[in-house]
Amino acid sequence: MSKPRYERPVLIRHEAGLMNKFGRVQALRPLTEIDGAAVDELVAAYGSPLFVFSERTLVERARELKEAFARRWPRVRLAWSYKTNYLGGICRIFHREGAFAEVVSDFEYDKALGLGVPPDHIHWNGPYKTDAALTRALAGGAIVHLDHFDELAAAERIAERLDLRPSVALRISLSVEGVPEWSRFGFHLESGQARDAVARLVAGNRLELVGLHCHLGTFIADVRAYGEQARKLARLANEIRERHGVRLGFIDIGGGFASHNTLKEQYLPGTQATPPFSRYAEAVIEGLCELTCPAREQPLLVLETGRALVDDAGTLIATVHANKRLPDGRRGVVLDAGVNVLFTAFWYRHDVVPCQETHGTPEPTVLFGPLCMNIDVIRDSLLLPPLQVGDRIALRNCGAYNVTQWMQFITYRPAVVLVGDGGRHALLRRCETLDDVVGPEQTPPWL
Amino acid sequence: MGATDKLKDLALSESGFVFDPYTGSTFSANDTGRKILDGLRRGLDRDAIAAELRQGWDGVPDDLGRDIDDFVLLLRRQHLLPPDFSL
Ligand SMILES: Cc1ncc(COP(=O)(O)O)c(C=O)c1O
Repeated sequence: MSKPRYERPVLIRHEAGLMNKFGRVQALRPLTEIDGAAVDELVAAYGSPLFVFSERTLVERARELKEAFARRWPRVRLAWSYKTNYLGGICRIFHREGAFAEVVSDFEYDKALGLGVPPDHIHWNGPYKTDAALTRALAGGAIVHLDHFDELAAAERIAERLDLRPSVALRISLSVEGVPEWSRFGFHLESGQARDAVARLVAGNRLELVGLHCHLGTFIADVRAYGEQARKLARLANEIRERHGVRLGFIDIGGGFASHNTLKEQYLPGTQATPPFSRYAEAVIEGLCELTCPAREQPLLVLETGRALVDDAGTLIATVHANKRLPDGRRGVVLDAGVNVLFTAFWYRHDVVPCQETHGTPEPTVLFGPLCMNIDVIRDSLLLPPLQVGDRIALRNCGAYNVTQWMQFITYRPAVVLVGDGGRHALLRRCETLDDVVGPEQTPPWL
Repeated sequence: MGATDKLKDLALSESGFVFDPYTGSTFSANDTGRKILDGLRRGLDRDAIAAELRQGWDGVPDDLGRDIDDFVLLLRRQHLLPPDFSL
């Protein structure tokens, strides 16, 4: 008779609330491939750690979003939020799906232009637009969302200088129950500032008011917040129409829909707690129904959805470098990827899946990164089966913000690949080299 | 009280369910963990425990001693062995 296969010995204390503290036992079916590309093959070709994006998921999410809204509102536009992920290949996929660009800086504007997006397909947000940037944007015909009175005045000066009457939108901040207010951006509604801005803009007679914009915040899983936001924007649009005779071309509700990730303080996993796009759409359209304009004059609805489109499409593959026993009895696993590349680990419990068959009893485990810093923790408590040195794990839902906000700290930023149809794969960004890092450095002549 | 006396009073089931009658705590041990617990209760030393594991399982790693020490650490941590115990 053959002997059983050896498993590392473990002893696990039964604790009330274990599930809560460590999360549920992770799905144990290993993730050996992503859309037909074998994880081992990808790592052999591009190294570890490795970000892998699924083109299929990106396209599916974009279409799902568009359809959810287009089924309920006649004209809908997606403006891809560059800051969420501005790798050229990722942006191209969204533009191919018909998305405009949503940018917040000179750098992002140049990036969009470089990808062939025409200026009048670019919405420009943010509190900081230099005179030079504003001049380029207004002269080029970009859709500028004005953030404050100084910017409104600057836009008027520039329009006068260029002898243009550019189309602009106003960014509005408003309060919605249950959502912390982002009142530092835009003109505040409830205090009357937004009405003042409209009156000021109309009286200035230099700029054409064509839209209202509002971005509530991020990872908002309560769809009612969007209903209230849309209702408030609709009422403001009605008022602008009645008082100033201005017919708005668009209402932009910003981003903020939740992805399928799980926030640290969240009890249910994101796969269960996150509303589908259709529920967001129902809430928004219910709010927009307050618009009193004739149906044929209904404004275009603009969405700047970021993380909910790209998060689920990105996976970070990491390799186990070492196992250690912590003094509190938990198992510690040292990975080759840390918070330098996965800074969203600070607020998400990223789903973790081994990439090969595992044997043995799951144990409370902490996943550490490679940095010499105490904060370098990818997951602080989860139940995982034994992992061997060299084993791979997949951290899921990593597609949003990581490949834009990652840090170059003591090591190189890893490669990012796209998996397309039939498992074909190619680089979106290669792994960095020493030259990439030291290239911009200069040596002062006296050293 | 001898170092491993407390272990002898544990209720240990075939399935690896462990009950500590002093504290009421319960634990799960896997098969290899149960084997080590059993060896400790019988007063076996590190080599003898290792030999039993090699005899009973396939694919035992070369550095088995490390796994045994690691398991002893878990027992100390759960106050099933005295803090200064080592094999
Ligand atoms: C103006 C604006 N639009 C869109 C987004 C995208 O948000 P999210 O990724 O939460 O959908 C952001 C993110 O901060 C933003 O500031």
